[in-house]
Amino acid sequence: MSPWFGRLNWWVTPFSDAIANPNTNNLVAAGAAALVVVGALFTLYFLTRRHLWGRLWHDWLTTADHKKIGIMYVVLALVMMARAVIEGVIMRGQQAAVLHGGFLSADHFGELFSTHGTIMIFFVAMPLIIGLINIAVPLQIGARDVAFPVMNQVSLGLTTAGAALVMVSLVIGKFSTGGWTAYPPYTEAVFNPGVGPDYWIWAVVISGFGSMLSGINFAVTIYKLRAPGMSYMRMPLFTWTALCTAIMLIYAMPPVTVSSLMLALDRNLGFHFFTNDLGGNMMNYANIFWMFGHPEVYILVLPAYGVWSEVASTFTAKTLYGYTSLVIATMAIAVISYTVWLHHFFTMGQGNSVNIAFGIATMVIAVPTGVKVYDWMATLWRGRIRMTVPMVYLTGFFILFVIGGLSGMMLANPTIDYQVHNTLFLVAHFHNVLIPGVLFGMLAGIHYWFPKVFGFRLEERLGLWTAWLWIGGFCLTFLPLYVLGLLGMPRRMPSFSDPAYAPWVLIAGFGALVLLIAMIMLFVTLWVSARHRDRLAVPLGDPWDGRSLEWAIPAPAPEWNFAVIPRITAREAFAVEKARGDPYTRPTAYQDITLPKNTALGASICMAATLMGFALVWHIWWLAALGLGLIPGALIVRAFVRETERVIPAAEVARAHDAWLDAIARAAGVTRDAETETANRGLAAPDE
Amino acid sequence: MSRPALCILIVLGLVAGPGLADGFLTPLGSIAADQRTHLIRVTAITMIAVAPVLIGVPWLLWRYRRGRKGPYRPHFEFSVPLEFVMWGVPTLIIIVLGYWLWKATIQLDPSDPRGPDPLQVQVVGLDWKWLFLYPREHVASVGTLVIPVDKPVQLQLTTDTVMQSFMVSALAGQIYAMPGMVTRLGMRADRTGTATGENTQFNGEGFADQKVQVAVLSPKDWQDWMDAARAGPVLDAQAYARLARRGNLADARKTLGIADGPLRLRLGDDGLFRHIVQRYHQGQGVSAAQQPGAPGYRPQGEGS
Repeated sequence: MSPWFGRLNWWVTPFSDAIANPNTNNLVAAGAAALVVVGALFTLYFLTRRHLWGRLWHDWLTTADHKKIGIMYVVLALVMMARAVIEGVIMRGQQAAVLHGGFLSADHFGELFSTHGTIMIFFVAMPLIIGLINIAVPLQIGARDVAFPVMNQVSLGLTTAGAALVMVSLVIGKFSTGGWTAYPPYTEAVFNPGVGPDYWIWAVVISGFGSMLSGINFAVTIYKLRAPGMSYMRMPLFTWTALCTAIMLIYAMPPVTVSSLMLALDRNLGFHFFTNDLGGNMMNYANIFWMFGHPEVYILVLPAYGVWSEVASTFTAKTLYGYTSLVIATMAIAVISYTVWLHHFFTMGQGNSVNIAFGIATMVIAVPTGVKVYDWMATLWRGRIRMTVPMVYLTGFFILFVIGGLSGMMLANPTIDYQVHNTLFLVAHFHNVLIPGVLFGMLAGIHYWFPKVFGFRLEERLGLWTAWLWIGGFCLTFLPLYVLGLLGMPRRMPSFSDPAYAPWVLIAGFGALVLLIAMIMLFVTLWVSARHRDRLAVPLGDPWDGRSLEWAIPAPAPEWNFAVIPRITAREAFAVEKARGDPYTRPTAYQDITLPKNTALGASICMAATLMGFALVWHIWWLAALGLGLIPGALIVRAFVRETERVIPAAEVARAHDAWLDAIARAAGVTRDAETETANRGLAAPDE
Repeated sequence: MSRPALCILIVLGLVAGPGLADGFLTPLGSIAADQRTHLIRVTAITMIAVAPVLIGVPWLLWRYRRGRKGPYRPHFEFSVPLEFVMWGVPTLIIIVLGYWLWKATIQLDPSDPRGPDPLQVQVVGLDWKWLFLYPREHVASVGTLVIPVDKPVQLQLTTDTVMQSFMVSALAGQIYAMPGMVTRLGMRADRTGTATGENTQFNGEGFADQKVQVAVLSPKDWQDWMDAARAGPVLDAQAYARLARRGNLADARKTLGIADGPLRLRLGDDGLFRHIVQRYHQGQGVSAAQQPGAPGYRPQGEGS
């Protein structure tokens, strides 16, 4: 080990492996690494060629605007999703080809399912929900920004640092093969002395801090920054779910940070928390990890439930059915989700009473979840349903999510879990709740709020294609896994020899290709819509005949969000104003608006944390100390900045807002018949 | 068995075809059969809550789509009777299912030996093979578990490496096996036949090969098998130390010097299982060189 470079040397890249031993497995690894390197180089070239560095720095990387931070979260999630979906397709391909030998080594397959899971949970699902909450919540509650705009930037920086580590692991060294849960003792230094588990640990620890800070930020924002008159029971449902998710982030992230750090102490400093010898016990790891792990799935799915509530009432042109029920159900889910974690290891050999208690608690969650689904159905009842893209996702959610719920009820029974635990049945179940639940919810949310932050709608026709491809691809890929699981096929299998599995594995492999096409179509939709943004523009701000506050302002939303902070007198305030016939009232007076100045704090902490994480992985101790020191250093430097806010003069606000109000006065609204046509400029006309 | 449950079973049978032979959907013993029954029961009861969604959503989307001029009640937002149904029916379902969960969990307790005087089998998970010890019979086998029909069997499980999970789907399902600890799994076969046992917890390169052939034999055949095993090579502490090293069944075959047939041995050390469990509790560290699953494992007597 060199004092300057730690465990690092020239022979740790997939390129050196491929040169030394050019088989299919190593060429696939080298190809993936090359893709990352070429992608990074192309991005650098593109930014330089188009002279975009300045804009990137000033408009994005140093901004404290919640909408832009939200967009950056979503972009991060989509980039990471591209990698993780491709990994999923490669794994399905390996299994589909396995009776003919497959093309990957067992270790490479292990890396694939470990990065796939880690990325999908920590760097796709989490940034998606945090991004969407960032975009929508301040607008829904009538706030100018989140409570701590600079900390928001730091959260993004830490999440990005974690994602960067996972990307670097593709090029330098190898990632863990211990799965996204990294169970010891397999991940202990005795069994896995390499850098893989360290990459996992530091990616999760660093991004975990970011997520916890996001939780604090959103909770305080919702508690303190609601517009006057917006009592808790007037908040839109998405804000309610965001509040529950925020509280859960605060309490659920520390356990995983702690269990990962304990594992790091075992690996690096000879501790014995989870080792085989000297009193270590891996059961403690499973216990602590799932104290995070189970609430985590509700952290992810609650904001999706929020999206469904918004989408269902908006696109049926109805008041949301059962608001109070939905709020109670959301809170109930958030609380009960902390009492079920043991169902992830019913098979660990503990007594019946424990298993029974946690099994029943698990089933109890189905009650509030069922109520929510019925509430959305009651919202559709006697509505005027428009089958727009978010509604197609909602349809897919309805039909598929209850199947996931059904398999969840089965798994809640310890007796059945003894048979299907650790099999593809379990894999089918959690993809069945995470894809139709979280992913469809987030994609519906992106379609729904996209015009609010970018000022133009997404192409409807392409969006519909994408949605149906996701739904079809999901069914083909994951429903066969239920059968495979019942046949006893374990998860994480690089190969198998039972020909009875083959037809189902082949269908799943084909389904994975459909999902890949669905993802490509998603990017095509974004690209084509951006090209046609003039035709799709909705500058007047209300393309869907929306019901909550965010639709009462221009699109894209101005950086100050609301020219004048609204006074709220009812739930679904904007819908009430429109029904009364007095939306868009001209304010009597404008005031100066104070907004946070740009700062490089988030970007600095992102760099420092990435360096620190990389150095800890490779045992480059001086660099780790430097990275660790730079973080408080950056905070101290920031503390000396006296001017942290800038003022937007009332006159400028008045000019922009009056111009928008004048445009509305001149414009003719469109009915919902023309919702997806060019005529829709974002002013809704009453239906009859 | 209710009618929907029967339908589900038939559909599963049709789609899975011959592949079912190994799993708990075509059980070899009463535990797996009861687990299957419980699965069908839970599915059937839960369908009461699920079916309205599967039927209702397409109907709602068709009936109330815009332009069809169906009735429109934009301010319908609360109904007391509906609330009772929405909260009440799922609650009742959970009460019924909770009762069954409770009952089934106790009835199918894996640590229950399933009868008096069970056959004791000690199971040691290794990378990437399973070792079975029959202490009373002084027999050991690798990669094959043989049990007599109609006799209760109690497995005691541990590993001498990372955590694993031992599953015999057609008989009893799975239980984790962990180093330094002992878990229990009871089983009882109702008819003779074969099944597959496997590790379901990923443990590295040879994970996919870590299979076990489980044979349920008549009492006489079983006795013959045991007698034959006692004529095989001896498994003592030294032989175990070599066998435990990372490797699949083919490697084990080479180590043991058994060219063909089942890998069966005479158990020369009745305390082997206890020793394997105890060695992590000696109050001193067990280095990588002493841990069989570790890449740095060096059995005693071999040069480092």
